[in-house]
Amino acid sequence: MAETLLRAQSIHKSFVGVHALKDVSFSIRRGEIHCLAGENGSGKSTLIKIISGVYTPDAGHIEFDGHRYSRITPIEAINLGIQVIYQDFSIFPNLTVMENLALNTELAANRKLVNWKRIRRVAEEALAKINVRIDLDAYVGSLSVAEKQIIAISRALMFNTKLIIMDEPTTALTKKEVRNLFAIILQLKERGIATLFVSHKLNEVFEISENFTILRSGELVATGSTKDLDDKKFSYYMTGRTFESRRFVPKTVSKDPIFEADRVGIPGSFEDVSFALHGGEIIGITGLLDSGRTELALSMFGMKPIREGEFRVDGTKVELTSPRAAINHGIGYVPEDRLSEGLFLPRSIGDNIVITELDSLTKKFGIVDAERRDEEIRTWVGNLAIATPDPDNACQTLSGGNQQRVVLAKWLANSPRILILNGPTVGVDIGSKHDIHTILQELANEGMGIIIITDDLPEVVENCSKILVMKNGRIVAKLDAEEADEQKILSYML
Amino acid sequence: MTTPTLLKKAQGIYRSDRHVWRLIIMIALWLIFMAITRFRKFYTLINFQTMAAQFPEFGLMSLGIMLAMITGGIDLSVVGAANLTSILMAFLLINLTTATGGLPAYAIPLVFLLAILLGAAFGLFNGLLVSKFHIPPILATMGSGELFTGICMAMTNGNAISKFSRAYSRAINNRLFDMIPVQLIIFTVMAVIIWFLLSKTAYGSKLYLLGTSPTVARFSGLKTDRLLMQTYMISGICAALGGMIMLANYNSARADYGTVYTLQCVLIVVLGGVSPVGGRGKINGVVLAIILLRLLETGLNRFPKISSYYISLIWGGVLILVMVLNYFTENAKVKTTNT
Amino acid sequence: MKGGTPTLMKKLTRRNEFYVFLVLLVLCLLIEIRSGQFFSPNNLVDIASAMIVPGLFAIGSFLVIVSGGVDVSFPALASLTMYATTKMLLDANYQGGAVLPIVIALAIGAVLGAFNGLFIGYFRLPAMIVTLGSSSVFKGIMQGALNSKQLTVIPPGMRRWGTSALFIARNPVSGLTSRMYVTFIAFIVVLALVFFLLRFTMFGRGIYAIGGSEVSAHRAGFNVIRTKVIMYVLVGMIASLAGIIRASMMQQAHPTNMLGMEMNIIAGVVLGGTAITGGRGTLTGCMLGTLLIVIVENSMILLGIPTSWRSVFTGVLIIVGTGVSAYQTIVMNRSKRVQTAKKEVAA
Repeated sequence: MAETLLRAQSIHKSFVGVHALKDVSFSIRRGEIHCLAGENGSGKSTLIKIISGVYTPDAGHIEFDGHRYSRITPIEAINLGIQVIYQDFSIFPNLTVMENLALNTELAANRKLVNWKRIRRVAEEALAKINVRIDLDAYVGSLSVAEKQIIAISRALMFNTKLIIMDEPTTALTKKEVRNLFAIILQLKERGIATLFVSHKLNEVFEISENFTILRSGELVATGSTKDLDDKKFSYYMTGRTFESRRFVPKTVSKDPIFEADRVGIPGSFEDVSFALHGGEIIGITGLLDSGRTELALSMFGMKPIREGEFRVDGTKVELTSPRAAINHGIGYVPEDRLSEGLFLPRSIGDNIVITELDSLTKKFGIVDAERRDEEIRTWVGNLAIATPDPDNACQTLSGGNQQRVVLAKWLANSPRILILNGPTVGVDIGSKHDIHTILQELANEGMGIIIITDDLPEVVENCSKILVMKNGRIVAKLDAEEADEQKILSYML
Repeated sequence: MTTPTLLKKAQGIYRSDRHVWRLIIMIALWLIFMAITRFRKFYTLINFQTMAAQFPEFGLMSLGIMLAMITGGIDLSVVGAANLTSILMAFLLINLTTATGGLPAYAIPLVFLLAILLGAAFGLFNGLLVSKFHIPPILATMGSGELFTGICMAMTNGNAISKFSRAYSRAINNRLFDMIPVQLIIFTVMAVIIWFLLSKTAYGSKLYLLGTSPTVARFSGLKTDRLLMQTYMISGICAALGGMIMLANYNSARADYGTVYTLQCVLIVVLGGVSPVGGRGKINGVVLAIILLRLLETGLNRFPKISSYYISLIWGGVLILVMVLNYFTENAKVKTTNT
Repeated sequence: MKGGTPTLMKKLTRRNEFYVFLVLLVLCLLIEIRSGQFFSPNNLVDIASAMIVPGLFAIGSFLVIVSGGVDVSFPALASLTMYATTKMLLDANYQGGAVLPIVIALAIGAVLGAFNGLFIGYFRLPAMIVTLGSSSVFKGIMQGALNSKQLTVIPPGMRRWGTSALFIARNPVSGLTSRMYVTFIAFIVVLALVFFLLRFTMFGRGIYAIGGSEVSAHRAGFNVIRTKVIMYVLVGMIASLAGIIRASMMQQAHPTNMLGMEMNIIAGVVLGGTAITGGRGTLTGCMLGTLLIVIVENSMILLGIPTSWRSVFTGVLIIVGTGVSAYQTIVMNRSKRVQTAKKEVAA
């Protein structure tokens, strides 16, 4: 069965002078689970688009199922048995599960009329193939992310599929859902369907894939068996740098807590949460996606005001009823989703940096003091080493890591005393991740109180001096950094 | 400096603000065309004064719609708000009219003050619907516009209200230094205020950011509800002032005056380079689009053989043409930056 | 969602149409109580006749809104085709039946619709802006190029078709009579065709799919551009049919009296539960919403309210109608989150 299904041979691709891919070759066997990894901009999405026929390579060719192709169209790719599951799943939230499952095959068969009986049958069969049950008449928009993904996968399987490409499939899934997904991928393997999945999460690469390919700046840096891969090698391949992990040890911790939660709760989301944050500390709050950690984070920033208990800043009770109120109490919040919550992508880097402190940069009548504004922008672009030729450029021109720095700058510019970060390094490449951790540790050492909310356990262990584990809306464990390790945290989480 | 570099520089200036330059070029071409064909009839002081007295009506309303559109919304209630204001003020003016047919000295400042308050109140109503009740702006303002017009109809039965002192109309139709129409002054004052708000104040920056992404704006601690309410209030004030100018220009108020203005104003705003999805657009583009419309319409009137209705054809054609041009220039941009 | 099969009642109460229907029912009963005339045969027939033109417009508007756009050009489009057709036939001194006028109108409507479709589909311009521009162009052609004036005479064939009745309803009390026009059949036929199109053809599902997510529709294999262009052609044809029916029924071609109808029609469609953001809505709801607007506009006299109050009521209806559905979404999202959270805690 070790027959090769897909071979990409010396693929080159460039866009207006930029080499996106340089001489990339790799192969996948029938039924193999293969992980394609690389930082943002490494060329992995270009490679996927070439395999699925969206782009044509400038040089090189693809061999699939024993045939050689120098170029294929998306339709040909589908007919060959290549299916891509995009991050947004390409679903129709306004249509029912049934239609979402069946539309593609109906279209492929070039049917003009709709036979609802056949559509129902097709949809039932599709779900039966991977042994899942979802209400066929439910609207897809009302389903969970995992269910949407299952629909996208089972839809892909309805064709004579030989290779499924999944673009970062685990990003929005809970641990349990990730396990279900992996179970499905293994099922596919048994049926001889190969999976190529794109990820930059280390633990996933180890857990599921047999082989890996890593790209960096458009070049292939390593390909081979996952067995030969370890943490250090992985991050070296990804970044070309070696990192030393240093555990954070607080230098100066303030005597009194600067921020306290006292039995706070929102019925239905979380309850009875208490902790104290001292200046100079980094507290990690971790838990599964549905543990209530996100709601807790939002409540500390006033986005979802608490209904029970109280928050205290410097020992005084505060009403955090809106983000503005939180900001006025010296709280900053780096949101979970940088793209949709953190940044005004089409606006300039400068605009993004000064937005939270704009009111303090004004003269009379709310006139913005242009000099102070520019000064402030220059300072932060320098301080956080944001790589840009001009802060007037739009934020969307920056890489993921630099964008995350702009989000940080936006909050640091407001000189908060308490900084809450929700998933500070989600979607950030390893190099920038390391830099962001360094910045956070320095800030803590300067006396800021920091709370990190994340399910990235190595991140928690490396950076936090105190760790709170949440489960089902409650704090189930409070650990000190010395006694914590990933296994232990995990055991409380699950 | 050699010609190619000059050309490049010109190109750079053009690209820096494509919409504005495109409009300037169109205006210039039209002015040249008018100079060649109808110089004597078009280039008269009185002609320009008349234009300057006419365009503030819909010009003011366009400014309001522009603000709403920058936040990602739209204000379709401007004409309704303008008519309701002018009818209410017409009733007030009837009561203030003295036996000799004049007006007391305080009357005009009073009606303007009240008009501004009314406009703000109408705008606040829209703002509440949009921000607190989360009704999509296009529906909320369509509904409130219908409601305002409905109240006008119910109050007047569709008749014109005109039996008030001519002193009001005379005052507004005055010219400063015998040159500049009062209508133009009112428009200019509002335009300068809005320009100032948009480009110099924190409010303006926030408005653009809110239009770019309401979610990020909320996460950045902007009081989005208040910003929306303020914006629709300013739009309401613009509309109310537009109504007061209509009241002066027609010397009467009626529920169905200016009904074509709603779509015309949206057209102006889009042509002026304001993005219908929010976050982008400048007042100079909108002002140029207003002027262009007026010049086209008045210029066309100088050709008695050509029906003035062609203006509508030209206007729609220009809008679609500009959108298509944008499509090509923006697609070219995407292609070069896409990696 | 994963509970047992919902009962019919539950299914009904979850649907927006149900509430529109309730409001409609209450309104009708109210008018009946006030006047005792609402359910009289002639009034019902009057309402049915009043529904023909707005109903056709609403069907076209509905298609566009479901696909994720907004069309404000249909009154101008209908006026232009109606006027051009009537004028052309009058000039030719046409004496034949109604078939030719309808065919001509449909053909012109298709061309004008294709004009919209080209810019919206091919250049991917926002529908609202394009139709704003095109309505201006259509008006310009009609009033400028065709130099339109009210035509008080229309070809006899059109007049006969527009005034012939299927049956005549008589009010037993007042003795007033009302005609059920033949043109009502045209409305019903279009309604049935569009219903079939949306429910049973891939083209129709494509309109919903595009309204849900254009990118997904493209990836799924729908020809997005073609679907949109064909749809706008269709919408143009439906609108021009409405235009020619209106002229035939009024026995005159008035170039401007349809202009300005767009807001009320869109309001009716949205009141019927069609999402202004696209992808969601049913033809049933759309018709109920339009009927609501038509009844409000036509039954004020029966309620003893002066007709000048008409716009006040439509305005309030739009605000309350859209406000309630907007508020429902907020509440639903909130309760959904609490429910799922509870489920997780319990698990």
